[in-house]
Amino acid sequence: MAGGPVAEQLLRRLEVVDGGLDSAELATQLGVEHQAVVGAVKSLQALGEVIEAELRSTKRWELTTEGEEIAREGSHEVRVFRSIPLEGLAQSELMHLPSGKVGFSKAMSNKWIRVDKSAADGPRVFRVVDKVEDEVQRRLHLVQGAQAEKLSEKERSELRKRKLLTEVTLKTYWVSKGSAFSTSVSKQETELSPEMIASGSWRDQPFKPYNFLARGVLPDSGHLHPLLKVRSQFRQIFLEMGFTEMPTDNFIESSFWNFDALFQPQQHPARDQHDTFFLQDPKEALQLPTDYVHRVKRTHAQGGYGSQGYKYSWRLDEARKNVLRTHTTAASARALYRLAQKKPFTPVKYFSIDRVFRNETLDATHLAEFHQIEGVVADHGLTLGHLMGVLREFFSKLGITQLRFKPAYNPYTEPSMEVFSYHQGLKKWVEVGNSGLFRPEMLLPMGLPENVSVIAWGLSLERPTMIKYGINNIRELVGHKVNLQMVYDSPLCRLDVEPRPQRTQAAA
Amino acid sequence: MPTVSVKRDLLFRALGRTYTDEEFDELCFEFGLELDEITSEKEIISKEQGNIKAEGASNVVLYKIDVPANRYDLLCLEGLVRGLQVFKERIKAPVYTRVTPRGEIHKLIVTEETAKVRPFAVAAVLRNIKFTKDRYDSFIELQEKLHQNICRKRALVAIGAHDLDSVSGPFTYTAKRPSDIKFKPLNKTKEYTACELMNIYKSDNHLKHYLHIIENKPLYPVICDSNGVVLSMPPIINGNHSKITVNTKNVFIECTGTDFTKAKIVLDIIVTMFSEYCENQFTVEAAEVVFPNGKSHTFPELAYRKEMVRVDLINKKVGIRETPENIAKLLTRMYLKSEVIGDGNQIEVEIPPTRADVIHACDIVEDAAIAYGYNNIQMTLPKTYTIASQFPLNKLTELLRYDLAAAGFTEALTFALCSKEDIADKLGLAISATNAVHISNPKTAEFQVARTTLLPGLLKTIAANRKMPLPLKLFEISDIVIKDSSKDVGARNCRHLCAVHYNKNPGFEIIHGLLDRIMQLLDVPPGEDQGGYVIRAADGPPFFPGRCAEIFARGQSVGKLGVLHPDVITKFELTMPCSALEINVEPFL
Repeated sequence: MAGGPVAEQLLRRLEVVDGGLDSAELATQLGVEHQAVVGAVKSLQALGEVIEAELRSTKRWELTTEGEEIAREGSHEVRVFRSIPLEGLAQSELMHLPSGKVGFSKAMSNKWIRVDKSAADGPRVFRVVDKVEDEVQRRLHLVQGAQAEKLSEKERSELRKRKLLTEVTLKTYWVSKGSAFSTSVSKQETELSPEMIASGSWRDQPFKPYNFLARGVLPDSGHLHPLLKVRSQFRQIFLEMGFTEMPTDNFIESSFWNFDALFQPQQHPARDQHDTFFLQDPKEALQLPTDYVHRVKRTHAQGGYGSQGYKYSWRLDEARKNVLRTHTTAASARALYRLAQKKPFTPVKYFSIDRVFRNETLDATHLAEFHQIEGVVADHGLTLGHLMGVLREFFSKLGITQLRFKPAYNPYTEPSMEVFSYHQGLKKWVEVGNSGLFRPEMLLPMGLPENVSVIAWGLSLERPTMIKYGINNIRELVGHKVNLQMVYDSPLCRLDVEPRPQRTQAAA
Repeated sequence: MPTVSVKRDLLFRALGRTYTDEEFDELCFEFGLELDEITSEKEIISKEQGNIKAEGASNVVLYKIDVPANRYDLLCLEGLVRGLQVFKERIKAPVYTRVTPRGEIHKLIVTEETAKVRPFAVAAVLRNIKFTKDRYDSFIELQEKLHQNICRKRALVAIGAHDLDSVSGPFTYTAKRPSDIKFKPLNKTKEYTACELMNIYKSDNHLKHYLHIIENKPLYPVICDSNGVVLSMPPIINGNHSKITVNTKNVFIECTGTDFTKAKIVLDIIVTMFSEYCENQFTVEAAEVVFPNGKSHTFPELAYRKEMVRVDLINKKVGIRETPENIAKLLTRMYLKSEVIGDGNQIEVEIPPTRADVIHACDIVEDAAIAYGYNNIQMTLPKTYTIASQFPLNKLTELLRYDLAAAGFTEALTFALCSKEDIADKLGLAISATNAVHISNPKTAEFQVARTTLLPGLLKTIAANRKMPLPLKLFEISDIVIKDSSKDVGARNCRHLCAVHYNKNPGFEIIHGLLDRIMQLLDVPPGEDQGGYVIRAADGPPFFPGRCAEIFARGQSVGKLGVLHPDVITKFELTMPCSALEINVEPFL
């Protein structure tokens, strides 16, 4: 059994005291080093709830090495005084004594001695009084006897200034009985060993009962980040549904792919400095697909493909401006453009989950960067009903079965629908995603066939994660201010299983 | 999304019935609006400025309704009511007509000086209008909503409304030197020059946001009447002389701007919304605008456009099977008067001037779907057959993440944006040596650059978690960004893997061991051979001299590992030794 004899004595004493006991006092009583008691406390703590130990720090005065010397041999001034015989002593000689310099000036200021400068062979020191009290030594004895409190604050500080005293902080434990207190823990040292198994001696050994109320020792392990655990699950869901992952490893995007290709007009508020991060270096995209750019320009400025267009003067320099992509739809546009170049057209299902950037004002639910989840299906003759059907399957894999669709506006989808789900905890419908059919003004300039529809939807990764893990402040989840303990403690991500009731209200 | 605030009781009176909050919320949802908040003036003031200020404020219930950003026709009570009444088939959509006055038509003459500052202008007259306090407030509020949304904070279009009886045409829209413009602006008692006004408005919380639009132009736009009375100095302020009040009978409306299309839309919206209160309801008196080239146009356009849409297109896009007659009915409910024509499979849809958002058949399809009810559409699964595949780089990343966690390291997720200091000064590097991508408009230093290394994020994560028990072992596999002129945008991402060990001792052997493990996982054997990996002593920031090695794998340098320089540790506000490893994952694909 861990802890040994000190632990055993600790438990025995603890059994009979009211309240608890102090580890330092116990060390004194047992006549052992304090460290031995601390060791015993720790080993008992490891057993679970046998004892409770509260760390206390107490301040204590101790003598310095010089202080100890003085306590033993008297103060410098007393030693000087004693070394002066009745007939006096030459000052030069006195100064050579070990305590000479310090003791001389102190004894002088105490008016115990005097100097006769008229003596024939140089200044000579004489006693002035017959007897002196060694007050310093007396005070140091008090401290040695753990009675420092008998000294006044001023007296202590004077001794400290003379470097005779020092204040030390002592960390002790206040030990009391734990919920599973027992003195027997120390008696049964038996745990099953290879030798016992070999010799069969286990048959005769008493085994201490385990405390099943105690917590086990957590294994040393690494942990995955909760948000990325959720990301893995979303990837899994898309893969289960037959969706292919799009490349999204380009945070820097030209305004062309981020906005213009999506039929988002150049005066659109999203293209404002207040909403989008623009780049200073590299300021502009070096290449754009010329023919396609021309078709996009015409569609914006004059219309075409059955559209009236926006009727404004579209500018190439605006399209060249580099930005940090504001949505992964920029990557979807690239993927659809690539798809359109492959003839004949083959139907696809695409997805992506990656970072996007907004020059937003930060708060508890908004960061300048977050992850966007996006799904895209391109095929002949897709309908709004198909979009809703795919969304139903997708969300049911997240454990969300009650869905409702609200008409909405997106610059690049028409029809557009916001997806709402009924939140049991909040007792109301909350928006869980945005969706729609990409506009023909976006698809046709790419070169996709006219009867091909593309349905798409998107949502953020952070929001479902915050709800899943009951996190109210996004900064605790994403970024360097993450709470690592939360990362260590977070459970598996099982999106289709109801989470246990959270202590905190789900994120709004 | 713009939010329109309307008085509930006024709204219900106009709708001819009352609703419970839930019923009205439901109606909004169905129509694509959102009843965002139910409040009152008092509540708003008390929330923003405290209870004391709110004392005495109105208790009238306000509905705050979110309107889709492209529906300018729903930005005021009048439009909302009209839209909902038509949707519920309680009224027929009114027909807006432009009439030429019996007397002389009002003219707005545009001079060529405007070309460089704000070239376009349109105008119209609302004749014999009857305002009330609520109507007047709504009229002002609609202008503000339009200014904030379609007008892009007055940059594209600015609206001026004037009491026609206080001025005399013809009007001139010109541009003058700021020192040559002098007038008494709205709600001021004396005259100022344009220069003075620009200074005064610098401290005006509302107007200061618009000054930049003309501030640096040599000439400022201005509209005057035939006597030189200034009507407005767009897009900043109107003159006080022609100010409209609740008693104004005839309103002259001008819209100036840099986007002609939007100026016409804005004018159409205002006059269609408020001609409701004219003596001849829904009629608007035309005004003539003479352009510098001598050509003249009559406004408002109030154009009705006809579109032909095939019924099967609508059915096919929505996923329903409705008869042509029903589809026409659905569209009519959405303010798009429609009838079945031709072989019975065609619908002629009339796009009114209020629905400038309808620019393609897909917009008509959406309206049919909304009227049908999104939630009445049968959900089906597409038959699209596809084989899924993962993006190879992400697939490898996923596999590595799990095994790094299994190796005892905890995953961090840090920001891709950071300060220049984080990737340069703090690591002992010059910013010019980082090849980093720079952001031009960061609101704070935290967003100056995209990271070029994952290390700073991990060190900051440790700094924020110093209370956690040691050792701290963290990793991240994510993208960094560097300039690359071979890419179309001039920059590219690169997938990095970074790991740090933070403890009382540097633990180089632990980070080195992690490298060995990673190479084992990637099936790269130790050794100099092609295909193997070695580490060789190297130098340079952010490592401690003599405690750094470069990692070579499959014949190329893939990264470095080592003990961090004490200066680096200190600069990240850390106190313990730390060893780190950062490699590029892409060569292992």
